[in-house]
Amino acid sequence: MKTEVLIIGGGVIGASIAHQLAKYNLDIILVEKASDVCMGTSKANSAMIHSGFNIDGGTLKGKLALAANKVVKQLCQDLDVDLVKPLGSITVGFEESDLEKMKKTMENGIKNGIQGMRLLDQQELHEMEPHLNPEAKYGLFEPETGIINPFEYTVALAENAVINGAKVMLDTEVLDIMIENKTVKGVKTNKGNIEAKVIINAAGLYADKIAAMVEDIDFEIKPRKGQYFLYDKKWGNILTYTIYSAPTKVSKGMIVVPTIDGNILAGSNAEALEDKTDLRTTAEALDQIYTSTISHLFPELPRMGDVITTFTGLRAASSNEDFIIEAAKTVKGMINVAGIQSPGLTSAPAIAVMVEELVRAQNLELDFTPKANYEKGRKAPVMLAELSYDERNALIEKEPAYGEIICRCESISKGEINDAIHRPVPATNMDAIKRRVRAGMGRCQGGFCGPKVLDILSRELNISPLEVTQKGNASFVLAARNKELPLAEGDQKNEKIRI
Amino acid sequence: MKKLEYDLVVIGGGPAGLAAALEARKNGVKKILICERAPYLGGILQQCIHNGFGLQYFKEELTGPEYASRFIDAVEQSDIDVKLGTMVMEILEDKKIISVNREDGMFEIGTKALILAMGCRERTRGAITIPGSRPAGIMTAGTAQSYVNLEGLIPGKEVVILGSGDIGLIMARRLTLEGVNVKGVIELMPYSTGLIRNKVQCLDDFNIPLLLSHSIVEVHGKDRLEGVTIARVDQKLKPIHGTEQYISCDTLLLSVGLIPENELSSKLGCEIDTVTRGPVVNEKRITNIPWVFACGNVLHVHDLVDNVTQEAEIAGRAAADLINQAAAEVEKDVVIRHDQNIGYVVPQHIDALNNKEKTVKFFLRVKNPDEHVRLVVKDNFDQVLLNLKKTIVEPGTMVTFNLPRELVTKDTSSISISIAREQAE
Ligand SMILES: Cc1cc2nc3c(=O)[nH]c(=O)nc-3n(C[C@H](O)[C@H](O)[C@H](O)COP(=O)(O)OP(=O)(O)OC[C@H]3O[C@@H](n4cnc5c(N)ncnc54)[C@H](O)[C@@H]3O)c2cc1C
Ligand SMILES: Cc1cc2nc3c(=O)[nH]c(=O)nc-3n(C[C@H](O)[C@H](O)[C@H](O)COP(=O)(O)OP(=O)(O)OC[C@H]3O[C@@H](n4cnc5c(N)ncnc54)[C@H](O)[C@@H]3O)c2cc1C
Repeated sequence: MKTEVLIIGGGVIGASIAHQLAKYNLDIILVEKASDVCMGTSKANSAMIHSGFNIDGGTLKGKLALAANKVVKQLCQDLDVDLVKPLGSITVGFEESDLEKMKKTMENGIKNGIQGMRLLDQQELHEMEPHLNPEAKYGLFEPETGIINPFEYTVALAENAVINGAKVMLDTEVLDIMIENKTVKGVKTNKGNIEAKVIINAAGLYADKIAAMVEDIDFEIKPRKGQYFLYDKKWGNILTYTIYSAPTKVSKGMIVVPTIDGNILAGSNAEALEDKTDLRTTAEALDQIYTSTISHLFPELPRMGDVITTFTGLRAASSNEDFIIEAAKTVKGMINVAGIQSPGLTSAPAIAVMVEELVRAQNLELDFTPKANYEKGRKAPVMLAELSYDERNALIEKEPAYGEIICRCESISKGEINDAIHRPVPATNMDAIKRRVRAGMGRCQGGFCGPKVLDILSRELNISPLEVTQKGNASFVLAARNKELPLAEGDQKNEKIRI
Repeated sequence: MKKLEYDLVVIGGGPAGLAAALEARKNGVKKILICERAPYLGGILQQCIHNGFGLQYFKEELTGPEYASRFIDAVEQSDIDVKLGTMVMEILEDKKIISVNREDGMFEIGTKALILAMGCRERTRGAITIPGSRPAGIMTAGTAQSYVNLEGLIPGKEVVILGSGDIGLIMARRLTLEGVNVKGVIELMPYSTGLIRNKVQCLDDFNIPLLLSHSIVEVHGKDRLEGVTIARVDQKLKPIHGTEQYISCDTLLLSVGLIPENELSSKLGCEIDTVTRGPVVNEKRITNIPWVFACGNVLHVHDLVDNVTQEAEIAGRAAADLINQAAAEVEKDVVIRHDQNIGYVVPQHIDALNNKEKTVKFFLRVKNPDEHVRLVVKDNFDQVLLNLKKTIVEPGTMVTFNLPRELVTKDTSSISISIAREQAE
C-alpha cells in the first residue's frame, strides 16, 4: 500500500490534521491501532474548549489554544458539531488567598485578550450558581469557555477527511518506521507495510515511542492520570457555567462542568504514572475527588446512586510540560506532534495548521493545490431526539427503522444505529455505537439494549454474534452458544471460590 | 401526527399491564389500549423460563412464559387493543400520550385514565462505581438472562456474580446447567438479599458458594475481564485490608438490585417515594395525579409476580371506577406511617371512606433480617388494629398483610405500622 501522507493516531489531533490536509490534493491515510477513532485520551477528558484565560500565553500551548479559539466556532458549524461557546466559567474560592490568585489569573486573562472577565462577590456568585456550597466566598467569572462532545468532534473531523478522499484504517498499529537515506519511506503495521512520503506522529501517549523509531529523542511522554465522575442528567440543572475550584496544594484545576448532553462531569485529580495503559479508577482517588472537590463545591451531588459512571483519562505529559510540534532533527519526512496534554482538545485546529506549515517546509514534492470539489462539511447523523415530531414522522415514513426504539433510556432508534454502522468512519463494536448515538449511555448503561445492539451489529456486519466486541480486539461480549459447553467438567475446571 | 382516543391507556404489557387492562375491561371499560415497547407481550416474564410462578395466584407452578401466556391469551380474546413495538415517549398533563412505532410514527393518544406498568430496570456497575479497568464481560444478571434465554448465547465460561438478588441466583443455576463454571456469589450484606427458596434451589443444590459480607474491590483485564479482587467487609461495609483475594473469571454478573422505571412518571409530575423509587399511591394505586395509576414493578419492586397481578387488578378496578364515574366523590386521607425497622410500606396512604373493598392489602419490606417479631398496626388513637406474629422477616422477602376495612373509621387520620422483637413473657 502506498500514500503520500501517513498520520499515526486517530485522536482529536490526528483527525484534525487529516481534516486540514484533506483540503489539498494529497493522498492521506490515517492509521489507528484501536477499533475506532477517539479511543485514547481524546475520549476521556473534561470536554472543555478552554478560552485561555488561565494559560500562560507565552507557551506554545498557550499560543495555539488562543489561536484555535478564533476558528473553532466556524469549524464546528461547518462540521455540524454541537459546541456551546461562549458558555463561560467561574473559578470558585473559599479563602482570602484564593482571591489573590484569582486576581493574578484575571490579569493573565486580560493579557491573553480575554474580554469581560470580572470578580464576583459572594452574593453575585450565589445568584449565578445557587447550588454552590454557601461557604464559597469568591468568584472569578470569565465569559469565553465552551463545551463540546469530544467523540462527536473527533469523529466529525475524521469523517470530513474521509469524505474528501482520506482513508482511515482502524485496528492498524504502527510497529516500526522504514527509513532510507535519512528519509522516511513508510511504516510497518500489523496489516502490512504502507509507503509514505511524510509521516505525522500524533500517537498521543505513545508519541515518544513512535518518534524514537526514527532517531534518538530528547523527550519522554509520561502519563498523568485524572479520574472523573459522570452524573445522571437529572443533576443537569445544578449548575449553569463551567466551574473551576481555586487551585489548592492537593488539587489543581478541578472542575465540575455541564456536558453537551446535559450530564454533569466532575474531576479530575492528577497522578503521575509509569504505565500508559493504566485506565483503572481507584476508590481512594474517587473518594478524595468527591470529598475535596465535588461535595465541597456542590454539597447536593451524591457520592453514589446517580453516578452513571466513573472513568480515567491519561494526560500525555512531556518532560517540559509544553506541546512538542516539530520535524525530526535528523530524518526527513517525519513530523512529531507530542506532549499534547490539556488544552489539546481546544488547540487541535491550530495544531493542524502548524503541522501543515511544517509539512510544507519539508519540501517533499507534495501537491498543495486546493481540492477542486472540496467539501467543507459533512452530513451529521440523524438524531431523532433533536427533531420535531413532524420531522421525525417524515423520516419514519421513509425508513420505519427510525420508529423502532432500541435504547429505552436515551430513546435511540434502530435507524440511528444502522446509520452509525454505515458512516464514513463506521462504528463496528458496542462502545463505538454507544459513543456515536449514545445507545447504552443512559441510566441502564446498555442493560436493556445491549443484546439488541449486539444483534444489529452482527446482522449489519454479517458476523457471528460471538464475534461482536465491546471495544475491538479481543473484547468479545459473548463466549459460546447454548449447548456448546461441555457439562460438569473435572474438579479442577469447576473450581469454586474458597475462603 | 396521527391522533387516537381511548378511555384507558396502559403503558407496558408485562404481567402488571396485562392484568390491569383485563380487570378494567371486566369492570366495564370499553376502549382500552396497551402500549408495549417490545415486539411481544409478557414483559420480563418471557425471559424467566424457570418455574416457580403462579403458586399463589393459580395454585400451580408455572414458568414465566406460561404464567404470562394465561394473560396474553385472555387479552387476545378480548377487544383490548394492543400496540407492540410501541414506545411511550412522553405523557402530557392534558391527558395525552406521545408514542412512537414503525407503522404509526410519532402519534398522540388521548385518554381518560392512564395506568403506569413500565416495570423496572437493573442497577448497573456505574451506579455502584466498582473501581478498576473497563473490560468486556461485565453485565447485569438480567442482560445475561436475556442473552441465554432469548438469544441462545452464553456470556462467559467462568462467572462470578456480585449481589445475591433473585435474578443473580436464578442465573447461577441457569448458567451451571449450560456448563458454565459459576465460581460463587458475592454479597455485601451479612444476609442474602434474594428469596430463601432461590438460595436453596439455585446455589446450595449446585454447591455454589455464597460469600456474605464480601465485596468486589477491583476488576482486572484489558479487553475481556480476567479476574476480580474480592475482600471481606466490616460492619460499616468497608473492605477489610488484608482479606483481599484474586479470583480469575471472564464474566462478572451484577445482581445488585432493581430500580422502578419512572422517568416518564417523574417528568409528568408524579410524586416519587424516595425509598421505593416508585410513585406515592393510595390503596387504589392512584398517584398524586388523579387520572394516573401505577402497579407492578414500576410502583415498587415485587419479588413474586403473583403479587404484581393482584396489585394490577386493584389498579384496573380503580381506573374503571374513575372512567365509569363510580369513584367516591368525598375522600378522607389516612396517612400510613412506619417505624425505623421498616424500609417502606405501600400504599403510602389510604382513603378512609372507600368501602368498596373489604380489606386493604399492605406490602412492606423490613430493613434487616430478624426472627420472632410482631407486626403491630395502630391508629391515631393508639388503638391496636392488628397484632401479627412473624417467625422470620428479611429484606429480600416482602411482608404482606390485610387490614380489614371496618377497622378504619371516618375518624382515623393516620395508621402506624411497627415491627419489633417479641417480648419474652
Ligand atoms: C484528564 C484530562 C482532561 C483534559 N481536559 C481537557 C479539556 O477540558 N480541554 C482540552 O482542550 N483538553 C483537555 N485535555 C487534553 C486533551 O484531551 C488531549 O490533549 C487530546 O485528547 C490529545 O489528543 P491526541 O490525539 O494527541 O491523543 P489521543 O486521543 O490519545 O490519540 C492518540 C491515538 O494514537 C493511537 N496510537 C498510539 N500508538 C499507535 C500506533 N503505534 N499505531 C497506531 N495508532 C497508535 C492511539 O490508539 C490513540 O487513539 C485533557 C486531558 C486529560 C487527560
Ligand atoms: C431481569 C429480571 C428478571 C426477573 N426475574 C424474576 C423471576 O425470576 N421471578 C419473579 O417472580 N420475578 C422476577 N422479576 C421481577 C418481575 O419483573 C416481576 O415479577 C414482573 O415481571 C413485574 O411485572 P411488571 O409488569 O411490573 O414489569 P415487566 O415485566 O418488566 O413489564 C414492563 C413492561 O413495560 C414495557 N415498557 C417499559 N417502558 C415502556 C414504555 N415507555 N413504553 C412502552 N412499554 C414500556 C417493557 O417493555 C415491559 O414489557 C424479574 C425482573 C427482572 C428485571
